[in-house]
Amino acid sequence: MATRVYVPRETAAVSVGADDVAIAIARCAKENGEAIELVRNGSWGATWLEPLVEVLVDDKRIAYCNVAAGDVPALFDAGFLHGGEHKSCLGAINEIPYLINQDRWTFWRCGLIEPLNIDDFRAHQGFNAFEKAVEMGAEAVIEAVKTSGLRGRGGAGFPAGIKWQTVADTDGEQKYIACNADEGDSGTFSDRILMEGDPLGLIEGMMIAGFAVGATRGYIYLRSEYPLTHSILSRAIETARSAGWLGDDIQGSGFDFDIELHLGAGSYVCGEETAMLESLEGKQGIVRYKPPLPAHEGLFGKPTVVNNVVTLASVANIMNLGGQKYASFGVDRSKGTLAFQLAGNIKRGGLVEKGFGITLRELIEDWGGGTASGRPVKAVQVGGPLGAYIPAEQLDTPLDYEAFIEIGAMVGHGGIVVFDDTANMAQQARFAMEFCAIESCGKCTPCRIGSTRGVEVIDRMVAGDAREDNYDLLVELCDTMEDASLCAMGGMTPFPVRSVLKYFAEDFASAVGADK
Amino acid sequence: MTHEPYDKQIASDIVARFDARPEMLVQILHAFVARFAWICEDAIRQLALELNLSRAEVHGVVSYYHDFRTEAPGKHIVKICEAEACQAMGSRKLSAYATANLDGEDVTLEPVYCLGNCACSPAIMVDGKTYGRVSNERFDEIMASLGECG
Repeated sequence: MATRVYVPRETAAVSVGADDVAIAIARCAKENGEAIELVRNGSWGATWLEPLVEVLVDDKRIAYCNVAAGDVPALFDAGFLHGGEHKSCLGAINEIPYLINQDRWTFWRCGLIEPLNIDDFRAHQGFNAFEKAVEMGAEAVIEAVKTSGLRGRGGAGFPAGIKWQTVADTDGEQKYIACNADEGDSGTFSDRILMEGDPLGLIEGMMIAGFAVGATRGYIYLRSEYPLTHSILSRAIETARSAGWLGDDIQGSGFDFDIELHLGAGSYVCGEETAMLESLEGKQGIVRYKPPLPAHEGLFGKPTVVNNVVTLASVANIMNLGGQKYASFGVDRSKGTLAFQLAGNIKRGGLVEKGFGITLRELIEDWGGGTASGRPVKAVQVGGPLGAYIPAEQLDTPLDYEAFIEIGAMVGHGGIVVFDDTANMAQQARFAMEFCAIESCGKCTPCRIGSTRGVEVIDRMVAGDAREDNYDLLVELCDTMEDASLCAMGGMTPFPVRSVLKYFAEDFASAVGADK
Repeated sequence: MTHEPYDKQIASDIVARFDARPEMLVQILHAFVARFAWICEDAIRQLALELNLSRAEVHGVVSYYHDFRTEAPGKHIVKICEAEACQAMGSRKLSAYATANLDGEDVTLEPVYCLGNCACSPAIMVDGKTYGRVSNERFDEIMASLGECG
């Protein structure tokens, strides 16, 4: 019988050679006369171990980490098709602490299944949640989402059940589900891991949302920086359609729903929901005034649920296991789990799905193993480029929406970017302003002009030109941007800047001569 | 990467594939870039005509998005991630190295703000393919491998 070998087809794994490893394994198997069945699964999210190859031996998936194409002949010599000993062998995948100590609610199929194999998906509860939703009825679905306490995982943290209720209650012949897959925050990749590892899981989440609010069309707005994701997701949509899980009268349920996949075009601000809607309409991604809320007048002026990938994908298990069960994870008003992403200067980077309330220190030290460089942590940016730089002294802060607001930071989409003590934070503050200047949509003045002025003021501070006066000016500029910008781009760019002023002010002096 | 010169008929066929829906403009422009590498003045004119939009509207969309270049790129397009996670792993130094080493080559070098490969920083994208854990040496290897393939 052919031995089953898993090699992930996921951006991070492929970016460090997984395709070459798959080719080498197929070639070596042929040369050695060994019959194998090569499965391209998604990633488990233990990115630091990629390429992570698994071999199915006696119902156990034996893992081999950081495999390079050049290692493959030696692996064959070591008998890895039979679970043979090799320095890269980690034992069974379901015994790796990094993975088993997580609370895998939303990402449990990632790595486990063959993403585009609908039978495999079905064998792992795929579409059970949709069937259950149809059985429960739309109102009960929305109630379950409310009970779960699920908040928008894109960053803003708005309660998903209330958003769904609003769209359900709004009159409109045509309603839409718009899935925000424009994962632009640096340090985040959970949407991508989900879409590459369990694309049908996202489709199912969108179907449930559509059923709950009475929407018959869904759009996925995927960033163009994810070409592999695009290829996997478009095939998943085709697969679902041809198997009768998208289209008219899905599986005899009487419910019609289909999905169209759109690509973004390199604009960060299109991750803001109204800019995304403009872009989905084929226009410049310029932010809209709110109100009207997208729930009332969204895509093409119709009532629209705009939810992030992880939000939608989390709903399936809320149907399967109940809203109460989801709410049993997490703390206070931050219920459930979040897929934290360990990134930047970290030894064991990857995705860690855990209930809210875990501390930054636990994530960075216990899971992440500290910095990749081995040097002390200087600062941690949580929640993307608009998130504050948190100093090492505050690593004991629990990951919880409210606890983070209290320290002037934000959880956002759960990206955690670690910097060691060689980082110059004044340079990072300058970058925050520079990035805002590059990516501002230009609609409001504080963001469009303020960001450019911010770069100039920081440059003067770094140059030692009237540093104290310029400090005051920068604070005032931050106030203006925060109070008067139309969206989070201009409104939150001051967060990282202020945090640098507060915790790393000395870096403005030492940045002299630093390259920009 | 090889691209064809702009061709009105091919362009028209692409527009037809999207049923000439004006809301598909961003998607059509992606298809144009995939085929012709960049958006020329003729393309803007033709899109305005076929989608029943003003040239200003089409120009506005083209110039708004980073992905739609209005000049022919080099033979290879190298994007180096310069967002925070990669900065934390030395992307500024990698950019400087690349700039110095690609001088005189027929390569378009530009920054990109996040490739979503933040646990394998620094990351780059070469001709649409993402690479992670890119040291200077690995950067040289990647560039050399392009040469071999032509």
